[in-house]
Amino acid sequence: MCLAVPARITRIDESGQGTVDYLGTEVRTNFSLVPQAKLGDWVIIHAGFAISVMDAKEARETLRLFRELAESS
Amino acid sequence: MKELRDPKAVRRLLIEIAEKARRLPSAPRIMEVCGTHTMSLFRHGLTPRLAEAGVEMVSGPGCPVCITPDGLHEIAIELVSGVEGLTLATFGDMTRVPTRKGSLQTAVPAKNSRIRIVYSPEEALEEARRDPGRKVVFFGVGFETTIPGIAFTVKQAAQAGLRNFSILPAFWLVPPALRAILDSREVAVNGFIYPGHVSAVIGIRPYEFVARDYGIPGAVAGFEPGDILLGIRSVLDQALEGKPRVALEYARAIRPEGNPTAREIMREICEPFDAVWRGLGMIPASGLRLKGKYSRFSVEKKYGVIVRWAGRDLPGCRCGDVLRGVIRPEQCRLFGAKCTPESPLGPCMVSYEGACLVHFKYGRRKRTAP
Repeated sequence: MCLAVPARITRIDESGQGTVDYLGTEVRTNFSLVPQAKLGDWVIIHAGFAISVMDAKEARETLRLFRELAESS
Repeated sequence: MKELRDPKAVRRLLIEIAEKARRLPSAPRIMEVCGTHTMSLFRHGLTPRLAEAGVEMVSGPGCPVCITPDGLHEIAIELVSGVEGLTLATFGDMTRVPTRKGSLQTAVPAKNSRIRIVYSPEEALEEARRDPGRKVVFFGVGFETTIPGIAFTVKQAAQAGLRNFSILPAFWLVPPALRAILDSREVAVNGFIYPGHVSAVIGIRPYEFVARDYGIPGAVAGFEPGDILLGIRSVLDQALEGKPRVALEYARAIRPEGNPTAREIMREICEPFDAVWRGLGMIPASGLRLKGKYSRFSVEKKYGVIVRWAGRDLPGCRCGDVLRGVIRPEQCRLFGAKCTPESPLGPCMVSYEGACLVHFKYGRRKRTAP
């Protein structure tokens, strides 16, 4: 039941409701569980609720690691 | 994040994993707790490549549809076929789980009742709001990933004073199940790949007992091939160093402390109880139910139903043994013969993250390979 791919916040209102772009599809999402989330953030969504906000710095770090791994093979 | 599927990076990690596995005194067996990990491992053909690298992967109990015992599914069937004017809303996989009373798909709804597949519990809540004359029951299944959203939905129902909305909770907690698996000593595992998104909520601390009390290494991993291999590499490193811990190899999505807001809503609405899991039996404090003033939103209170927790699973189905990691799906006599995705005889062949379905769909590639 886990959607393994993060989605980008395209709309978020004061009540915590909004939408995400999930692989090109607009999906209604409730952001009440991630009060720090803001427009444009990447989030993990699960059964209609965002449960985690992606950390851009860590994501870049992971990419760097994998580029190194690919080059060292 | 195509880099995390880069064949060169994957090959590099597999070489490192093979080299580390060779240095261990015995071939490592690692349990991937989460069904979505099982699916990713198979879909990307990693399970056989890991076997070649000397690492055996064992599927764990991390499929909520699978571990929900038949007694709960039967309640859902009884409600929709016995109560008029009722909508039974649930996630898609749940409608196909076969029981002694058929499945939700084969159930004949009572007059003006229906079964509705939803993506979010809020869709069920909206129907209850829209149509006060209709009874709406949400059959909510999930681990710590899903429970906060459902708990939030119950809170919204309470705030709105809705009397026609209730839930049939099938809420499961991962850490107590890991302890039960370890205590049963049925399966020898040398490491765990912890679930990615359960950890988004609970963080890494709830797994620390595995390293501390059982000396078994583990890592929280994401779902891309590269993510899982990083997790496995970390588990092997910990084993080689003799320093088991809980590594976080999915830091882009998960904070070590998890999501405190999500945990707070669970604590506010739910309380733990000794739940019965398919295959694993009763595990102390491993389930959640609605507590205090929220318990009136539970179908048990609202419709006076009594859940038969144990002893209802279909004969012949070895889903329970698969969930404990005691047998592989192929070792069940029904697998692929009488039990297929088209006519499943157990939930592990129904859920898209069920081990039997995953083995059936992707395992054959391995069998036909030269």
